[in-house]
Amino acid sequence: MASVKKEMQSLSKEKMVEILEKMLVIRYFEEASIKAYQQKKIAGFLHTYIGQEAVGVGTLAHKLPQDSVVTTYRCHGLALALGMPPRDGMAELFGKVTGCARGKGGSMHFFSKAHNFLGGHGIVGGQFGIGIGAAFKSNYDEDNAVSFIFFGDGATVQGTLHETMNLAALWDLPAIFICEDNQYGMGTANARAIANTDIASKAEAYGMKGYTINGMDLNEVHGRMGEIVKEVRATRRPVLIHMKTYRYTGHSVSDAGLYRSKEEVDAYKLKDPILAISREMVEAKVISEDEFKTLQKKTKASIQEALDFAEESPEPPLEELTQHVYMDDVGNA
Amino acid sequence: MPMIEMREALNQALKEEMTRDEKVFILGEEVAEFNGAYKVTKGLLDHFGPKRVIDTPISESGFTGLAVGAAMMGLRPVVEFMSFNFSLVAIDQIISNAAKMYYMSGGLYNIPMVMRGPNGAGPRVSSQHSHNMESVYAHFPGLRVMAPSTPLDAKGMLKAAIRCNDPVVFLENELAYNLKEEVPEGDYIIPIGKGDIKREGTDVTIIAWSRMMSLAKTAAEELAKEGINVELLDPRTLKPLDMPLIAESVKKTNRVVVVEEGHHFSSLGAQVAESVYSNLFDYLDSPIARVYQSENPMPYAANLEAATLPSVEKIIQAVKQVTYRN
Repeated sequence: MASVKKEMQSLSKEKMVEILEKMLVIRYFEEASIKAYQQKKIAGFLHTYIGQEAVGVGTLAHKLPQDSVVTTYRCHGLALALGMPPRDGMAELFGKVTGCARGKGGSMHFFSKAHNFLGGHGIVGGQFGIGIGAAFKSNYDEDNAVSFIFFGDGATVQGTLHETMNLAALWDLPAIFICEDNQYGMGTANARAIANTDIASKAEAYGMKGYTINGMDLNEVHGRMGEIVKEVRATRRPVLIHMKTYRYTGHSVSDAGLYRSKEEVDAYKLKDPILAISREMVEAKVISEDEFKTLQKKTKASIQEALDFAEESPEPPLEELTQHVYMDDVGNA
Repeated sequence: MPMIEMREALNQALKEEMTRDEKVFILGEEVAEFNGAYKVTKGLLDHFGPKRVIDTPISESGFTGLAVGAAMMGLRPVVEFMSFNFSLVAIDQIISNAAKMYYMSGGLYNIPMVMRGPNGAGPRVSSQHSHNMESVYAHFPGLRVMAPSTPLDAKGMLKAAIRCNDPVVFLENELAYNLKEEVPEGDYIIPIGKGDIKREGTDVTIIAWSRMMSLAKTAAEELAKEGINVELLDPRTLKPLDMPLIAESVKKTNRVVVVEEGHHFSSLGAQVAESVYSNLFDYLDSPIARVYQSENPMPYAANLEAATLPSVEKIIQAVKQVTYRN
């Protein structure tokens, strides 16, 4: 309660409700996508963000228009947190031409140029370079942007993280490395994969600051990321954030969850970030119980609208097959 | 026109394009203070300063990925690989990111980026420093692949590559950096996808690129003494291939030899042969002959290295084979 009060002092009611709504959008979007997958409307991989909403929403509340964001294949939540209309994302999952990547990217490759959302990326650790490239561009053009680089705990042992932290620290790139530690790299618990599971401590090796944040607590994420983003924007020094979070669903929809207990999952559900913040807001009388119920209802309706839109949208026409392979037409390809 | 080396022609292209467009910058190992491992970037640091001519750590995956991200945000990076062997360390960035981005983002993010440096065998550098990468990079939709054989081509082609809005793999050759030729001063472009007839002939078309064109030229001169009139065709851009030019030449000579420095299996030379067979079968008077590197890693020993690589003699033999002069 202390933290919510502190945060509330700096936020208007509208802002708080907007943040809560974004978390609900993500939750309902992901629940709907799992259902649609079971109905075979969606295929391929589907990695949901359920449980991790506070990380994305609390962090990206501090994003300015010139800032950029890049992440992994678990990308729906961040796109929605940035304000991508749910219909653009759902249509993408359905493989429709109205999707955010015209149905060519799918679940792992959401993009939004309007938000400088540089994509969801399918190779673990493949997105780090893109993120520091955006930070490099900000210094090149002196536009005072920062670059948010999200990744999972599994990527902390990929070489690309260490190469790019070195480059970012060497060249004073305003890169915010955010490890969303949901404790498992697919089905492998961190202790079985990472020699040093204190992720933030890796920053020191590159002369960077490292921070550990409880990613299940929206107040903590929002409050501390506000300070950190401000710091990076001013100092142009990269930082590494260890966000401790959890995903309730499997790595992807094809995950039977044999590597962890039901008790463990249930224990985290009690610390659910949406449950926690909505309770706090009601108790602190930021919103009433009725207002919260109305918000839930409204958000569910928006996801239903997205589903309907995705369902009714056309598949990409066959001409799309060879469009966007190259931008320049140089004749016979 | 001034007579200049290939490295200087490339240097002029970089300097002119960086002057024309301030979004263009170059990064790579030893490109700035060292003036480039092969002096292609000589003087650029002094001229443009460290903001646009950037020495990187030995971190190919990191700086190639950085270039992809910078390109997504509107810059036009030129990445120098000290050798294309080192591009293998960055290959995920090149293939999964640079090549696929425009398509998988539904046309939202194109990657105007050039990756350049020496490709193929240097002298006596053994197995890990002698790869020919054209067949690998030409395989993946999304990439353009170019490989100049002359200084004049190199300058105009690199300028075209830098202006291209898609990622271009630009393959140079260590042993060709000192080739000299008259090169125009100032701006000119050799478009992507346009090949060139380097020698007109009537009896056989040799299709070769990069350093292999130099060998083919020597072979053509030798063969002329025996009355065989060779046409030399340099596709210059390897992807996409200039099939109209190839068709024109094959319809004239009816015989084809494809020369490449790389291995023969799953190779660009195999692709050229397939394209000729599929489109021009009725014009062929003999099966296509191919000259290529033997199927072993590059050995260090001088005699074994020579036996591995294509040679003028091997090209002459291939021409005699298709013209039935053996």
